[in-house]
Amino acid sequence: MVDGYLRQSPLAHLHLDARAANDINVTDAGLMLGERRHVGMINLRGEPADPAFAAAVKKAVGVALPDGINRSSGKPLSIHILALGPDEWLIVCPPGTEDSIFGKMTKAMKPLHAAVTMSSEARTVIQLAGTDARNGLAKGCPLDLHPRAFGPGQCAQSILGRADILIHQTGSNAGSSDASYDLFVLRSFAEYVWTWLEDAGREYGVKVFSPAEK
Amino acid sequence: MSQVNRLSSGGRIDRDTSLEFTFNGRRMVGHVGDTVASALLANGVRIVGRSFKYHRPRGIVAAGSEEPNALLQLGTGGRTLPNQQATRVELFDGLVADSVNCWPGPDFDLMSGIGLFHRLTPAGFYYKTFMWPASFWKYYEHVIRRAAGLGRAPTEPDPDHYDRMNTHCDVLVVGAGPAGLSAALAAARAGARVILVDDQAEHGGSLLSTRRDINSGQALDWVAAASEEIAASNAVTVLRRTTAFGYYDHNFVGLFEQRSQILSDGGDVSRQRIWRVRAKHVITATGSFERPLIFADNDRPGVMLAGGVRAYVNRYGVTPGRKICVFTNNDDAYRTALDLHDAGVAVPAIIDVRDDPIRDLPTEAMERGIDIIDASAVTGVNGARGVKSIEVMQLNAAGDGVTGQARTIECDVVCSSGGWNPAIHLHSHSGGKAVFDTERGIFVPGAAVQPSHSAGAAAGIFDLAGCLRDGTSTGKAAAANAGFKNASRRKVPDTDTEDEGPMRLLWSVPTTAPIGRRGKHFLDQAHDVTAADVQMAAREGYTSIEHAKRYTTLGMAPDQGKTGNIPGMAILGQALGVDNVGDVGTTTFRPPFTPVTLGALAGRDIGPLMDPVRMTPIHHWHELAGCKWEDVGQWKRPWYYPKSGETMQGAVNRECLVVRNAVGIMDASTLGKIDIQGPDAAEFLNRIYTNAWLKLKPGSCRYGLMLGEDGMIMDDGVTTRLADDHFLMTTTTGNAASVLEWLEEWLQTEWPELKVFCTSVSEHWANVTICGPRARNLLAEFTDDIALDSKSFPFMSYREGTVGGVSARVYRISFTGELSYEINVPASYALNIWTALMNAGEKYGITPYGTETMHVLRAEKGYIIAGQETDGTTTPDDLGMDWIVSKNKDFIGRRSLSRDDNMRNDRKQLVGLLPTDPDKVIPEGNQITETRLEIPPRGTRIAMIGHVTSSYYSANLGRSFALALIKDGRGRMGDQVYMPTPNGIIAAEITGPIFIDLDGERQDG
Repeated sequence: MVDGYLRQSPLAHLHLDARAANDINVTDAGLMLGERRHVGMINLRGEPADPAFAAAVKKAVGVALPDGINRSSGKPLSIHILALGPDEWLIVCPPGTEDSIFGKMTKAMKPLHAAVTMSSEARTVIQLAGTDARNGLAKGCPLDLHPRAFGPGQCAQSILGRADILIHQTGSNAGSSDASYDLFVLRSFAEYVWTWLEDAGREYGVKVFSPAEK
Repeated sequence: MSQVNRLSSGGRIDRDTSLEFTFNGRRMVGHVGDTVASALLANGVRIVGRSFKYHRPRGIVAAGSEEPNALLQLGTGGRTLPNQQATRVELFDGLVADSVNCWPGPDFDLMSGIGLFHRLTPAGFYYKTFMWPASFWKYYEHVIRRAAGLGRAPTEPDPDHYDRMNTHCDVLVVGAGPAGLSAALAAARAGARVILVDDQAEHGGSLLSTRRDINSGQALDWVAAASEEIAASNAVTVLRRTTAFGYYDHNFVGLFEQRSQILSDGGDVSRQRIWRVRAKHVITATGSFERPLIFADNDRPGVMLAGGVRAYVNRYGVTPGRKICVFTNNDDAYRTALDLHDAGVAVPAIIDVRDDPIRDLPTEAMERGIDIIDASAVTGVNGARGVKSIEVMQLNAAGDGVTGQARTIECDVVCSSGGWNPAIHLHSHSGGKAVFDTERGIFVPGAAVQPSHSAGAAAGIFDLAGCLRDGTSTGKAAAANAGFKNASRRKVPDTDTEDEGPMRLLWSVPTTAPIGRRGKHFLDQAHDVTAADVQMAAREGYTSIEHAKRYTTLGMAPDQGKTGNIPGMAILGQALGVDNVGDVGTTTFRPPFTPVTLGALAGRDIGPLMDPVRMTPIHHWHELAGCKWEDVGQWKRPWYYPKSGETMQGAVNRECLVVRNAVGIMDASTLGKIDIQGPDAAEFLNRIYTNAWLKLKPGSCRYGLMLGEDGMIMDDGVTTRLADDHFLMTTTTGNAASVLEWLEEWLQTEWPELKVFCTSVSEHWANVTICGPRARNLLAEFTDDIALDSKSFPFMSYREGTVGGVSARVYRISFTGELSYEINVPASYALNIWTALMNAGEKYGITPYGTETMHVLRAEKGYIIAGQETDGTTTPDDLGMDWIVSKNKDFIGRRSLSRDDNMRNDRKQLVGLLPTDPDKVIPEGNQITETRLEIPPRGTRIAMIGHVTSSYYSANLGRSFALALIKDGRGRMGDQVYMPTPNGIIAAEITGPIFIDLDGERQDG
């Protein structure tokens, strides 16, 4: 009765594809915003001290756990893992691949003390890019995002304005202030965060785009 | 009026660009580079306002943030800004400025008569005068506020926008004078991330106002080169027109940036913004403030600070007067006399309290033929509306009296200097102490308590060469501290050296009569506090500077006493017989250093961004359905769904009846959901909840009560065993985050041995609840893999399967007492499952219901809401829920339940109430009494025996009812009690707390 194509992303009601089509020729925006819809997310808790744990994760998803907390492993548009804390990770995967990865992970973790929890629907991903992406974030995020302190491959849980966010820097351009980020935002806060970002981008110019998926 | 006081050359203004502005409605012209103050002086304005208490005419005193008098109302309408210091506002074309605290204007002020009654209004007069009767304060306050008020707050919304930036750096340098620039240059050359802030539009600090050389060229050429090199450095941020207003813990500094000089934002660019800086190291190179000499009638328009006059002449090309006398206790003020003389302004005399000053600067003055009157003091100022002449007398050797004949010297300005004191405000904010340097008579910053340094004049180093050296070494040290040890070996710039004699401390300047008898010696012109006021405070027993400050209000005006505080402390010390001013101590400087607008502090946290609105996946459907919203934490939940023209009660009645008679549908997505996994999960729940969990079968649900360590109810909810080592806990909407924190805290700190992981899945799962006798029929249309009969799927169990083709978790639990299915689906499917159920349910009369109906229905069943029936002092037994408290195991809060107080029989207990009048709904929270008393006799007290926790009209009962907590309530069944309300007394009978379906049969449908 309910078809898959009727799934609603948290920002579906903002008609962002139409806005992206409208903004397609905008070239002078410092802040570019788009929603990555239905990205797969699996929360993982486990005991990093157990060598079998890391090995089993790598075997199941094909990506090793990151080197340390607030680091990522894997590639942004493929399967990647964000280390959220000493014993917590978020496995992020392309839309539609989450069920199979969840199945593999559940199986792999069976003999270990670990928790694999499907949480794809809890958050959406707002992609942020442009020469002023960092400035836009700095208006509401107290983290040090300067290139000397935070770069591609790093992630952190913080706040933006009054909402919790998980921020993952996915790219940068040497020699310019260009940077791109995936912001993982709780579904119920998605509209607030989007509105907040558009407001923060006023002085830089905002362009809405439709992020590409692999 | 033309610019009568504008010098024909000199200064950093652009004489080719004129800016028009109005002051109190008069049109005037200034130039780019002017402040409002310099433009007013250029236009010959002497009186800029009236004083706070006595309404005395006042003029401009200073050229910077220490200005006490020139407070202006800027702009009009929603953009108006009150109490702006004219010395800090850059002039712009079209600026509208008005005086504050006078009516109709500063030149003729109706309130000025108040000055005649000054003996009736001493310091602290409102503590003494308006004391009786205490209840009249509210009337007095209006009068006092009107008489004493400063500017006007805007009454319309501000159309501009303000924002905020967060940033980090290795070295934050506050102040771009010689020391700050040197420090920033050194730190930038070492490769550190540097932020350089200065409150002016141009760099240079004190150099902008003086004529000095650096490296054998003009100092400002060096400034320009340094500034350019700093700006070009990698990883440097330069903020101009930006004030560091507060220095907090962990090297967190607040900056206030003026992005637009004019009173308007540039469209999408904010007008002002706050920077929240976290620095590894902070250098405060904030310079120094000049202390005035405190002499009789030193508040007359035309009495200024020597450094201020120097700034007007050198930086703004303005002379504040035609004949300017200088009154000093030090050599530095001679520079003002020299600069005035060289600019062609007459200097009739320099009055020096010292005997025979002979160093470089006095000698230069003598060579120019300026009359130096030594060992003398200004003892009076003639001219109430502006200086006309001054009286000068010989000082005695002790400095506490004058001798000989008064000599009158004609002049229109007298500027004084009592020496300079480091601006230690930020050092003080950071927690650092002020230390009195007895030899030099100044307060200098004590040891830093955070990673910071004071540099240059802010550290008590007043000579230019010293500032350049100190800035450079401080900048290097700060960068090295932050890990940048690669300091440049370039030479510190050279400058001319000055040989200056010591100053002579003279805190108050005597006249022929005791202080306060002949003229007023003002310390704090902004709040009209005089030396006599401080002396009186000492006589009345205010021996602590902190008390005397509050009693006299010394230093509590918008300028925070930047000029008068230190002389005030010294005068208090003298009155108390304390020899060393340092022993009196200083008051604590607190943020903000200069005022910060509320708009900037609010930033973007206004309007729709004031607070996030959390939305469920079905939010927009509810909105289109025209629901009324209830705020639950940050969530918006549908409260009820009125049809056109329907009242709230009408809608709630309709919704209530549908649920008990057909089927209702509710969005319960906001409930907290915590996924709990691990071999010790059941044991963990056993410790968290009051009841037993080890034996719960997979696929079954159980209601649980959670207590704090004090034995009081914290939260409740249904938890389901999904598998042996896997549970799903639900929490109340408002406690979702705090319960997860609570669980994590116990796991991480008390029971690390338990193998349990908790993960929030609140937002992954949406919850669509269908509820009512027809719920089973409706759900049957949507699932073919879940058997729905009561045997296969009994109450308090859960099944996994598909609902409408979506994999779902369905829980047969009920918060209404009706047959109920809580259908949990992945959130992105929720809206379409909801609409599909709405469409298919139409034949049953399906009706969406909101939180109000949910509350009524659960109250009819006596189900509690944590936070409504409980208030942090409620135990399970108080609610008659002893049945859920295990006697055979330990759990959080158990030991507290056996405290004597928790075992009393007369604790407040949950009961039902049925009002005698079935149409009267008792207000929630109402007090309950045993006896009916219309008006208590005077002096009697009526015992309150409890309060109403929930109260509604029930369409199903056809009457009103309530839940209440009443002392020994279970022992009072059938008793009559009374609820006094503003609309009369409501009587009610105490009943059990369950009103419908006492045997609980309806939940099976």
